Amino acid sequence: MRRVYLDNNATTPVLPEVLEAMRPYFSEHFGNASSIHHHGQGTRAAVERARESVAALLGCRAAEVVFTSGGTEGDNLAVFGVMNHGVMNHGLARPGDHVITSNIEHHAILNACKHLVAQGHEVTYIPVDGRGLVDLADVKRAIRPNTKLITIMFSNNETGVLQSVAEIGKIAAEADVYFHTDAVQAAGKIRINVNQIGCDLLTISGHKFHGPQGVGALYVRKGTQLEPMLYGGSHERSRRAGTENVPGIVGLGKAAELAVAGLERGDLRMDDRKMAAARDHLERELLEIEATGLNGEGAPRVPNTTNIYFDGIEGEALVIALDLKGLAVSTGAACSSGAIEPSHVLLAMGLRPDRAKASIRFSLGKQNTAEDVDFALGLIPETVARLRELSPVYNKAASSELRAASNQRSARP
Amino acid sequence: MLNSETIAVAMSGGVDSSTVAAMLRAEGRNVIGLTMQLWNQRRLAGHEGMPESVQGRCCSIDDVYDARRVAETLGIPYYVVNHEERFERDVVRPFVEEYLAGRTPIPCSLCNNHLKFDQLLIVARQIGADQIATGHYAQVAFDEQLNRWLLKRPADKSKDQTYFLFGLTQEQLSRTLFPLGGMTKPEVRELARKHGLVIAEKPDSQEICFVPGGDYKRFLEAYLNEQGNTSADVAGEMVGGEMVTSDGKVIGEHAGVHNFTVGQRKGLGVATGSPLYVIQIKNDTRQVVVGKDEELYSRTLRARRVNLISTAELRQPMRVAVKIRHKHQPAPALIESAGPDEVRVTFDEPQRALTPGQAAVFYDGDIVVGGGWIENSP
Repeated sequence: MRRVYLDNNATTPVLPEVLEAMRPYFSEHFGNASSIHHHGQGTRAAVERARESVAALLGCRAAEVVFTSGGTEGDNLAVFGVMNHGVMNHGLARPGDHVITSNIEHHAILNACKHLVAQGHEVTYIPVDGRGLVDLADVKRAIRPNTKLITIMFSNNETGVLQSVAEIGKIAAEADVYFHTDAVQAAGKIRINVNQIGCDLLTISGHKFHGPQGVGALYVRKGTQLEPMLYGGSHERSRRAGTENVPGIVGLGKAAELAVAGLERGDLRMDDRKMAAARDHLERELLEIEATGLNGEGAPRVPNTTNIYFDGIEGEALVIALDLKGLAVSTGAACSSGAIEPSHVLLAMGLRPDRAKASIRFSLGKQNTAEDVDFALGLIPETVARLRELSPVYNKAASSELRAASNQRSARP
Repeated sequence: MLNSETIAVAMSGGVDSSTVAAMLRAEGRNVIGLTMQLWNQRRLAGHEGMPESVQGRCCSIDDVYDARRVAETLGIPYYVVNHEERFERDVVRPFVEEYLAGRTPIPCSLCNNHLKFDQLLIVARQIGADQIATGHYAQVAFDEQLNRWLLKRPADKSKDQTYFLFGLTQEQLSRTLFPLGGMTKPEVRELARKHGLVIAEKPDSQEICFVPGGDYKRFLEAYLNEQGNTSADVAGEMVGGEMVTSDGKVIGEHAGVHNFTVGQRKGLGVATGSPLYVIQIKNDTRQVVVGKDEELYSRTLRARRVNLISTAELRQPMRVAVKIRHKHQPAPALIESAGPDEVRVTFDEPQRALTPGQAAVFYDGDIVVGGGWIENSP
């Protein structure tokens, strides 16, 4: 069976160049990057080259890049690192420290914030409008004398909607508050420059842009006061203890290089313009299906993501039906059992729960082709039609809408 | 039988449904494994009467893990589908409301009617399966003479689950397979071992899946506590009342009708010379009527919301055997129509503890004629 993967916001395939770059660092160049001998020096050099590549992707200095195990660790390190700074001297949680975040963040931020509250900190959740955007005035208003950190994501994982992070950066700078942005879903898809954003901390994850899983980086602006989360050796300038994941870091570096090249020149594969064109084509065609709509309409978005609701269906059933036909897409967030729960992001945007559950995310990667999009477009309309035909809800909704329409007609003089 | 290629198996992670998947796979059928996520055990943790960490069986991560392992072993696609909202609406709330109204509910039947053979069957059909198979011990067959789908008792009478399946419609039965209907439990376990399934030795589950440790009173308290006790959606709350004898004499107080089941002897909180039993629970006055064992027996009952299977309607009275609780030996009786969806049951011999909220299921030999819900007043 032909299989097409349009779930690249979940993870992406490692590009062949990335795999090649990593390959020597498993058994050939295996040294511990902290060792002083020849073997250690070889891997140390590789780690530092990767650091420069990541710095080039983010527009920062290499010394400001801290390698992590991925997006969740980066987000946690940023949040707890700032909020618990000085824990060694003062003990945990000076009461009253305050964080501002949004209610559409990834759970790596939301659950970290829950934990902060349990520690005695305070959290303000900024709402989003129907497009999925936070109001900058809300962010400004939320700032208090004890506010220590603003953490608002760059691009949303479910909708691809981009926040005005540079404006938030200005607000944070004026208030002299740390600003962290979760850029896991932006890296490799749009240009990122930490100085233009004005952030102090920024999280990326390798596997979201064709690097390996289990490796990521946190940008930490020089001078930022950050408590480590892992205690041990003095790796990563004492920001993150633990022997470096050298093959992973090398892969992340290579993926960053390829991303920069793709964004600047457009390489042989899908660059961001081609990707946007393919995404737009997919989106346009899907919106031709009756009773559908775009989530995040009217907001700027990354070029690879589209999130569409198909009224009258369970997104869960559509995902399964499509998977059985060879198309991988996704909906909402999976809970621990793997069952799907209605998306907190779409609910925060004001979608009715049934519509949130009827929403599907399609996300493209560099490996996708125009034929992949055609394959998807060949499957989705008939599958949606089958689901609706068998849905008691859709038939009822459709007939009640018809009734409402005919009542309206008959009510007219 | 429908000539269909793809069958969805409702997999719980237990030995029965896992073996069903293995059997159908071995037959060369195109099998999809589905597990319903119905209830979050951690939800009531820390509420009134519940410990901080709740150990329950229903939809636990371990069960899903087991089902996934089995699907992997068999090489079949496997998915978890979330039906928590429907489960709470159609099973948990009615369960709570029935107890608060002084009845003794059967959530398994509601789950079969509203979830397994309704929602899950819809999903199964939506994703391309025409039939659903479960690990129930029961048999389904089409009778050409009657032109109806029949539900029958299984070969292993000790595992008979037809009592919980009386609500199935002709449409549902036409799309259902019970592959274990002709097997005994030891045979099923043996087959599970033969297929190398990791769950072959897993113990059977007995209790109500969403009630940890089978303690329904603790569950009710925790659920009402979580709902804020004043939730308008829950019909009542736990209100105490009088304990009276059948001739109306008040002999004590009780803390809530949900604590009692018709026929119950222990925990009445009144001391008298002779043993006392709950005879009746009066929802309108919140009175619990107690009396002697012989007062528990009666010959007639009225079954409401009746579903008929082997016949489209009851035009004439019919001789059947009627089962009034899961462990009850079906007793000879006459059934006759008593209005739309209602049936009057007259037993040959008086039966002990006809319990409102339980089901009365009618059998003609091994064939399930139909069944309904036992009401308060006969």
